[in-house]
Amino acid sequence: MGKILRRTFLLGTAAIAGGFAVGWYMYQKPYPNPLEATPGEGVFTPFIKIASDDTVKMVIPRAEMGQGMLTTLAAMIVEELDVELASVKTEFAPAAKAYYNSAMLEEGAPFPAFDNSFVAETMRGLQGVVAKFLAMQATGGSSSTVDAFDKLREAGAAARLMLVQAAAEQWGVVAASLRTEGGKVIDPALGKSLSYGALAEAASQRKVPSDATLKPRDQWRYLGKTQPKLDIVAKVSGKTTFGIDVRLPDMLFATVRMNPRQGAAMTAMDDGPALVLPGVIKVVNLGTGFAVIASNTWTAFQAADAVKPQWAEAPYPATTDAVFGKIEQALALGEGFHMRSDGDTPAEAAGRGGTIKARYSAPYLAHACMEPMNATAQWQGDRLTIWSGNQAPTSIVQQAAAVFSIPAENVEVVSTYLGGGFGRRFETDFSILAARVAKETDGKPVQVTWTREEDMRHDMYRPGALCEAEAVLGSDGIEAVSFKTASQSVMASAFGRLEGAMTPPGPDKLIVDGLWDQPYDLPNFHVTGVPVDLAIPVGFWRSVGHSFNPFFIESFMDEIAAASKQDPLEMRLKLMAKHEPAVGVLEAVKEMSGWGTALDAAGVKTRGRGVAFCLSFGTWVAQVIQVAETNSGIRIEKVWCAADVGTALDPGNLEAQMISGIIYGLSAAMGQQITFADGAAEQGNFDNYDAMRMGQCPVIGVRILENSPKMGGAGEPGTPPSLPALANAIFAATGKRIRSLPLSGEVSFA
Amino acid sequence: MELKVNGKTLSLDTDPDMPLLWALRDVAGLTGTKFGCGIAQCGACAVLIDGEPVRSCVTPVSSVSGEITTIEGFAAEDGTLSAVQQAWVDGQVAQCGYCQSGQMLAATALLKANPSPTDADIDDAMSGNMCRCGTYPRIRAAIHAAAKKLAGA
Ligand code: FES
Ligand code: FES
Repeated sequence: MGKILRRTFLLGTAAIAGGFAVGWYMYQKPYPNPLEATPGEGVFTPFIKIASDDTVKMVIPRAEMGQGMLTTLAAMIVEELDVELASVKTEFAPAAKAYYNSAMLEEGAPFPAFDNSFVAETMRGLQGVVAKFLAMQATGGSSSTVDAFDKLREAGAAARLMLVQAAAEQWGVVAASLRTEGGKVIDPALGKSLSYGALAEAASQRKVPSDATLKPRDQWRYLGKTQPKLDIVAKVSGKTTFGIDVRLPDMLFATVRMNPRQGAAMTAMDDGPALVLPGVIKVVNLGTGFAVIASNTWTAFQAADAVKPQWAEAPYPATTDAVFGKIEQALALGEGFHMRSDGDTPAEAAGRGGTIKARYSAPYLAHACMEPMNATAQWQGDRLTIWSGNQAPTSIVQQAAAVFSIPAENVEVVSTYLGGGFGRRFETDFSILAARVAKETDGKPVQVTWTREEDMRHDMYRPGALCEAEAVLGSDGIEAVSFKTASQSVMASAFGRLEGAMTPPGPDKLIVDGLWDQPYDLPNFHVTGVPVDLAIPVGFWRSVGHSFNPFFIESFMDEIAAASKQDPLEMRLKLMAKHEPAVGVLEAVKEMSGWGTALDAAGVKTRGRGVAFCLSFGTWVAQVIQVAETNSGIRIEKVWCAADVGTALDPGNLEAQMISGIIYGLSAAMGQQITFADGAAEQGNFDNYDAMRMGQCPVIGVRILENSPKMGGAGEPGTPPSLPALANAIFAATGKRIRSLPLSGEVSFA
Repeated sequence: MELKVNGKTLSLDTDPDMPLLWALRDVAGLTGTKFGCGIAQCGACAVLIDGEPVRSCVTPVSSVSGEITTIEGFAAEDGTLSAVQQAWVDGQVAQCGYCQSGQMLAATALLKANPSPTDADIDDAMSGNMCRCGTYPRIRAAIHAAAKKLAGA
């Protein structure tokens, strides 16, 4: 790797170095176990409860938002514990430091995933230490399996050993002579057995062993194989409790309307017309907006429409043109920070070939989770309970403690299933708003549900971005290449919303993720990021920086291939030849798609295929997309995707996640954008912010590979290559090179 | 207000203008039917009225006289899943699951009207139901599987 500015470390080298020596002991000391045993029950580690009636319960530390984590995490424990996966019960963990996510921050280390050097590994390790101090219990960064893989298997193995030791003691035999199967400890010599339930209470009192060994892969029964999801029957029966489905005795219903010029005040409000409506209980002034509390959600919606608020001006430019003007200015004038400064710049290499330049853009985007934002809250004295589908329960606790000036111990977060997350539910805003509204209900619980319009206009958007790309093409390929992306910093925006949180020092590498961290072997390669200072709230949108930069670099690689008359897939193979996982996924999609074979144009005007690659969240993904130009527009016919995740824990779920990520990305590529007028988002609902529908959905083939030495994530890596692969396919079919997202600006889709 | 829901008659105290969606969710406590958009764009709120799919978010409760079936009424009394539900389990369709009540309602109505739908028929019948998790390929496969099973039964 080339030079990496030391001050770009996500959490700052000073912070890490300063805390390291004194902190090591703290790191090794485990956090207290938040679970308490009921009579007759045994609690083993923060993840396992076994009752005397043999009910085995897995305490799931991460959000289940469709990515299938509930089942995969339970399988990790069960694999070592030796109980049947289908027989276990699950519950979501309370907010507690014991459930911190270290892999999420390890991904934040400033080394690309393919860099296994000592320095890179050490940095990743230190980020893990920092995660423990920050103790974020978060679901994000496609990190859940990576984070949990050892932790949960060790928990299962430790609990199993404790149960075996308890049985050995009871029988007066040596533990090594016993075996376990299907929730029982068995003594083969004596032909006796005891169920885990019978042993649980005594076993759980034993010291947690640190020497439990993990099963080798060839002995896995569940991991590595597709598992039926534990929550599927509830989900097809309408029995899953999402945040919006929480029902409590005496519960009231409410909605909020905040200034659509986000962050600005409400200067006045006339609530008279709302208060006369039957069923309306109260209208609450929240400073930057208001809430209506009513006997049901619909009445609250109706009453909110009747309130006449006056909104102050937005703290950011009022129109899309003006917003992008600021980004444009930063791109042109901003010095920025360098995440890659290898060899010569294109300017320095100018004499060695012809120069090509291109300018790309990506719009602001909303998450548009299927379940609109909502949460339920109740105050009992100075104790607060929040029910919400969320990706970061400990952040909610910290935020509530700070906002309401109460001790963190007074805040309980009950996490529900999530009707989609995609990074939106990493935020605490909807949970805190519910708690603010609950201050007005005399101790009754209140569910605060946002309308779709409120959800879309009060999102923390995927930031808009502009990129300037330049390359010098010599007679044997790329002499030098550079990318400069300007965009708002998601890190600064997100940390700015958390009370009392320190914004990580140093530049935000998310601005250039997907550019600097790709395994292209190019000796002269420059990547610059320019943070843009704008007050539009921006957040983590499925794959974050990898949601726009791969569109820039992979489109530009296609332009380079076209300019130098090379096959775009072969060119990528050549440039990544040293990286086996990259070669593997490219070869796979080449074969799956019949790349290079002639495409007929039967029944359509023309057909074409496009390719793109992206390494993100530790997973190597190549995609080929085939489109047809028809009389009614571009039709996306087929997608082939190969993903190398290192270790595939649940191949069926991985396939589903890749497809999900692709459809999410293609939905954005085809037509999504948030634009601003008068300081507010112009889009409010699915009539003007649509997503791909069944009739537009291509046939998608997925192949999962395991060449990479490291385990990668699943929830996000499917998204990044889908956008450039589509643009490249449109170019192949029509000759039209589209450099701005959404592509609907220049073509229509059938 | 009297409503016939899943074989039972419920008497609910609601405003006649209240959309059926909210009467079901907030008054009757049947939360399996979901709110997604409120303007007939996403299909999350679909229910069957006399077997026909209806978007409950834009259907005033006072306009409903027929038999309403919601997702809670799909399985038999003994818990046996309907053919469509079972196909959804077999095909491991649901991701977050939030849109799936509406998807299964639409699929059930489709199969009733057209026992062996083609891909184009599925496109037509299902394009009103959005899924942000992108489960469309598995939904399509599950509908074909359910059609096969129903034909064999
Ligand atoms: S909520 Fe009724 S169609 Fe979306
Ligand atoms: S399964 Fe999540 S929206 Fe369809």
